[in-house]
Amino acid sequence: MSDVLSDAGSDSNHDDSQEDVMTPAELIAKLEEAWLNEKFSPELLENKSEVVECVMEQLTHMEANLQRVKKGDAKASVHRMEIDRIRFVLSSYLRSRLQKIEKFFPHVLEREKSRGEGEPSLLSPEEFAFAKEYLANTETYLKAVALKRMPPNLQTVDMLKAVPEPCLDSFVFLRVKERQENILVEPETDDQREYVVDLEEGSQHLMRYRTIAPLVSSGAVQLI
Amino acid sequence: MFCEKAVELIRELHRISDGQLPAFNEDGLRQVLQEMEALYDQNQADVNEAKSEGRAELIPSIKVRHCCLLRDQRCVTAYLYDRLLRIRALRWEYGSVLPANVRFHMCAEENFRMTIVVLSQLQWFSQYKKSLASFMRSLGGGEGLDITQDMKPPKSLYIEVRCLKDHGEFEIDDGTVILLKKNSQHFLPRWKCEQLIRQGVLEHVVS
Repeated sequence: MSDVLSDAGSDSNHDDSQEDVMTPAELIAKLEEAWLNEKFSPELLENKSEVVECVMEQLTHMEANLQRVKKGDAKASVHRMEIDRIRFVLSSYLRSRLQKIEKFFPHVLEREKSRGEGEPSLLSPEEFAFAKEYLANTETYLKAVALKRMPPNLQTVDMLKAVPEPCLDSFVFLRVKERQENILVEPETDDQREYVVDLEEGSQHLMRYRTIAPLVSSGAVQLI
Repeated sequence: MFCEKAVELIRELHRISDGQLPAFNEDGLRQVLQEMEALYDQNQADVNEAKSEGRAELIPSIKVRHCCLLRDQRCVTAYLYDRLLRIRALRWEYGSVLPANVRFHMCAEENFRMTIVVLSQLQWFSQYKKSLASFMRSLGGGEGLDITQDMKPPKSLYIEVRCLKDHGEFEIDDGTVILLKKNSQHFLPRWKCEQLIRQGVLEHVVS
């Protein structure tokens, strides 16, 4: 893998843009982290389009390098496998996101519309367009087939109420990357004292997603 | 009892849990819509009477009818939306061009009428395909990526496949052209075969 990727790697090193220069290995690691987090999180996570774009550029470089390798060379099949593997992870990541967008479409659109100026975006522009089209398409269908034949006060459906929200209380497995102190697991009620834990680096836990959601977006924990 | 027909629609889909798309129950839908119209008319009459004659005892039955109307609406939209999800699954399973037998199943009505329902289903499917294609084309700054491929992690590079029906010529990446004739066997790159396997043209031979 190293010699196929190193050509691509040296390209990005000559780049004098402001963004952090990542080695190809770091980029793929970032992709895999994003992929696992998205797979195991009950809600749609922040979009990582820079990672997606960089990985696609990487794949293009690798494919080009592969063309130059002599046919039938043993190295070719190893590189091919590597390209397939990365493409699978990337496709799976994008599919996870699309599935959640379709599943929670009105909520996802609402979150994106009401997000503040400086906040990172949930959807890429293309995902946003897709979500809007999905909503419009579905509404058109429901109206044409049934809603417009219903009594006047029932001809619309409030999608935000009709479509269930993601269950943030579902349990997820996680590994701690950065040590966390005093994570509130259960708030204090009349019957019980508040339950607080410290998360040691490298430890693994099974917890309610809602509790650790901010730690996933900050990168302090990794869902597994 | 009110809403029985609406719940029956839901049960009908619930019975078919493997994701297949049954024929559209137009009769069932029509009956629910008729019930909704009747409930609404009764409520209109009662509301007017309650207001003009001050008959407050009508209010509980108005409320009950309203709840039934909401339940009917909810069941109908659930029925329709669940069908859309099954139609959506067809795109992911079979690709952009549906095989003839699957397409037939999506459109077939008792006497092949192109009803509003059939047209609307086809239109939804066509629009969904377009949105998906447009999204995939835009990935990676316009480079494009077909995310309906690579559904499984790559285990082996090449796989043995048998051709189940004549499919004509098939070009693989290094330029060689393979003739896919029924019953011929080939050793082909896995990623090229995925879609053809799903469409039933090729069969993965596991020795």
